[in-house]
Parts: sequence; C-alpha cells; structure tokens
Amino acid sequence: MKEKYILEYSSAVANDPVIYTLVRRFDIKVNILRAEISPGEEGSMLVELDGEDGSLADCRDYLASIKVRLAPLSSSLTLRDDACVHCGSCTGVCFSGCLTMGPPDWKLAVDREKCIACGLCATACPFGLISLKFGE
Amino acid sequence: MKTIAEINEKIKKGAAVVVTAEEMIDIVNEKGTKAAAETVDVVTTGTFGPMCSSGMFLNLGHSKPRIKLGGGTCLLNGVPCYTGLAAVDVYVGATAIPDDDPRNKVYPGGFSYGGGHVIEDFVAGKDLRLSARAYGTDCYPRKSIETWISKKSVNEITMVNPRNAYQNYAAATNSTERVLHTYMGSLLPRKGNVNYSTSGELSPLLNDPHLRTIGVGTRVFLAGAQGFVSWRGTQFNTTKPRNELGVPESNAATLMLTGDVKEMSADYLRAAYFEKYGVTLYLGIGIPIPVLDEDMARSVSVRNRDIPVLVCDYGVEGHPAIARTNYEVLRSGKVTIEGKSVRTASLSSLAKAREIAQLLKEKVASGAFPLAPPVQGLPEHSSVAGLAIREKAK
Repeated sequence: MKEKYILEYSSAVANDPVIYTLVRRFDIKVNILRAEISPGEEGSMLVELDGEDGSLADCRDYLASIKVRLAPLSSSLTLRDDACVHCGSCTGVCFSGCLTMGPPDWKLAVDREKCIACGLCATACPFGLISLKFGE
Repeated sequence: MKTIAEINEKIKKGAAVVVTAEEMIDIVNEKGTKAAAETVDVVTTGTFGPMCSSGMFLNLGHSKPRIKLGGGTCLLNGVPCYTGLAAVDVYVGATAIPDDDPRNKVYPGGFSYGGGHVIEDFVAGKDLRLSARAYGTDCYPRKSIETWISKKSVNEITMVNPRNAYQNYAAATNSTERVLHTYMGSLLPRKGNVNYSTSGELSPLLNDPHLRTIGVGTRVFLAGAQGFVSWRGTQFNTTKPRNELGVPESNAATLMLTGDVKEMSADYLRAAYFEKYGVTLYLGIGIPIPVLDEDMARSVSVRNRDIPVLVCDYGVEGHPAIARTNYEVLRSGKVTIEGKSVRTASLSSLAKAREIAQLLKEKVASGAFPLAPPVQGLPEHSSVAGLAIREKAK
C-alpha cells in the first residue's frame, strides 16, 4: 500500500542517508515529492512510501527510533471552510487534484490524500482561508 | 406581450411565475420559447465575484466642536478615505490601502487590510477607528479627531459603485516563464491555467444582452439590500461584436449601482486580496428580468455554450486575445489553447450566484421585490477610449 507523509527531521540526522536505509532495509519504494532544508539544517520532506503493510510499519518504527517525526499529510493543509465562498481560485493552481470544484453543486471539494503541500493554494485564496504547514 | 406593470400586478396577486435563469433553460428546452414566454413572468439572475470599482459614501455626523474634513485627511482603521467633499462626507473605495502598507515596493506587498475590509466591517456591524486631521476654520474650528464609529453611529452609508456586473469579462492566461499575480488570480507560466470570472448563463447582463429591461432605475439585489441601477457603468462599451443571440463576445456593458450599506448582508459581500495585486471586494448582485415577449424568453434562456468568451494573454502588453471559446467549455475544467489542453478555474462563485438567484426568486414571487421599470435606457452607442500621454496642453 501507499502512504504519504511529511518527514520532519532535526539537524542531527540531516546528513544521514535515511531514504537509502528505507529502500535497502525495508524494501520501500520512496517517491520524494518535495524536500526542504533550513539554514539550521532542520528539514522537511514530503514522501510517498509504497511497500508491504509489515515493512511500512517497520519503516515507521525505524524513523521514530532516529527521531524523524512522521506527520500525516492530511494535517498539513488547513482550510477555514466555514468562511469559504466557493469561488474556485484555489482550484486553478492545484495540480495535484486535492482541491476541485465541479457539477452538480460547484462547491469546493478537498481530497487531502492528493495534497503535495506545494502551497500555491495558500497564496491563490483571495480570502486568506488556506494555510499550509511544511518545514516550519 | 406583457408589460412590467402587468407583471407587477400578477406578483401582487401572488400569481406570477418566477424562475431562475438556470431553470428557464429547462423550461424553454421543454416547451419552446413561445410557450415559455406565456408561462414565465420573471427570470432571476445572480453573480458573486470580485468588483474593484466599488465603494461607499459615509456621512459621519458632526462632532462638538465641528471639524471640516474637506481638504483634510481621514482614516478608517488606517485606510485613507476621499475627503474632497463637504465637512463630514467621505468616500471609501474598495481598493484603498493604508499609507504604511508595504505595497509591492517591498515585494510581495502586504494588502492584508484595505477599503474592501472597511466596507465588510461596516456591514458586519463592527466598530472602526476614525482618525482625521483638518486645517480648522471659523465655522469648523476642530483640527483633529480620534473616535470609534459603526453603521449604527453614522448617518447615511451609501454604496456607489462606478462599475459592476461586467457583461462578459474575458478569461485570462499567461504565456511568460513566471507566475503572474493578477486581478484574475494566479496565472501559471507557459499558459499553465486559464481563469475566468462569470456566472455565465446565470449572469445578469448576459440574460438581457441588449439591456431591454435594465436601465437607470432598475431595482437590483445588491449584497443583500435592494439597490438600484443609478447610471451606466464606467467603460460602458457597445462596440463589441455580438453572436447570433446578441451576446457580446467580450467586456461590453457595465452598471453603476447604488444601495444602502446598512441593509447589506455579510453573506453577499466579502473583502478579498489577490496576491501581489491588492485589495478588492467580492459582491453579490442579482437582477430580476421580466419576460415581456418571446424575444426576452430567448434571451433569458441563454446557455453557457451560447456565450462566447475570449482568452487573453496577461503576459503580453494590452492582454491580446489568443483563443476563443465558450463558457460550457471553460466549465468543463479544460480548454484547448494552441493545441494544448489547459486547466480552467473560476474566480467568481457559482454556488453563491445560485443562492442569490434563488433568494431573489423567492423575494420577487412574494412581492417583497417589485420590478422597477427603467426610467431611462442605457446608451445604445458608447465606446471606450484609452489614455494618451501628451507632452503639452492643446
């Protein structure tokens, strides 16, 4: 199965080949969708992990053991949907297909599994209703 | 043939048939235009989109001692108002921003609070900080004032919008290599997306393309209040080519609208900012259109596929049109431009536009929103000039 996570790691592991270990030791297919490293060497990486259920669990344990925090991607996008007017501005820049609008009701639909935390929606929303947590 | 007076009589008796412009499409499909014209009396329209050319006049009331703001300065929550009027009349425009806003001088600007937000805060009933300076006169001795005001404390708050409800605004794309931040939203590089702003077949001026029933004095739904068409809108243009249904292919007629801000609702008015562009105001507008005859029945049953639209390139000076399509295609989510399939997105809310048309339908049918016949039509011939740059006076 496939799972998307944001890996948040401290400067202590910034120089370790973490992804290499995931591939070699746990036989995980890793798709890196976005990665950032700050001047202080803390980093964030958006990854899709694809593997057997058991090996995914082992892989999560390993990451926890080296103090890499796994944040589920669905927690990174915050939308104040009570104030949304369904204008559609955010859908024009959302290439991953997370934010969509269409018939019959033309109201904003959010599929958090598809978000790649690119952040374009946060600046496209004319009402400032969207925020994204990635690498901060 | 029906007259507006006859339709108003039917409304009074509770016998008028009122439907939304979307419902009218199905009725015409089923019965044809002739029968639809006989059955249906009024068709309601709606739109909810960004309209920069909006603002409001405020009469603040006189303090003791009095102050003459004319010729002075006046800030509302830090946003400058226009003061070149009598002592306590000021105008707040939707796009005004505080003098200390970084603007785009410090890229990417600020724009977190501006005139649109002042208007929204008044509608919401909030207290706003009034901070004003004047030069003082014998009859108006005060030179400065600091206080709080709200819609309850001031006298009139009259919305006067020089240009609203554009008839068929062109869609936008971007051929450059970088993201363009525009009033048509974020336009991605290399024609990465197309943004459009209309409620299409539900849009007021697209349902009466020749403005047979809309003119000075027409009663309109303006952000929840009953407003009026007060004049032709600015940049009113009758020179655009029209299709066989009379629908202009791009930006044509506009309306100047007036209404009482104290009666408006925050559900249909919202301040907004477009990244690196500035502040604006989303406004909800609806116009009931009387179905006077078969021609009108044809007009108010216009479908998205009947509405032509140009796609303009905001990456090139003058924003030239590079493609021609229609709103049915744009609503499908994809449009082909120069052989490439491009994603499309709307900036105006169709969900809100439908809510407005539905609400207006109920109001008209109940008699709470009688039709007002125009006292004067809008211009039949009007074109738009550019601004020439001249060295010397003639």
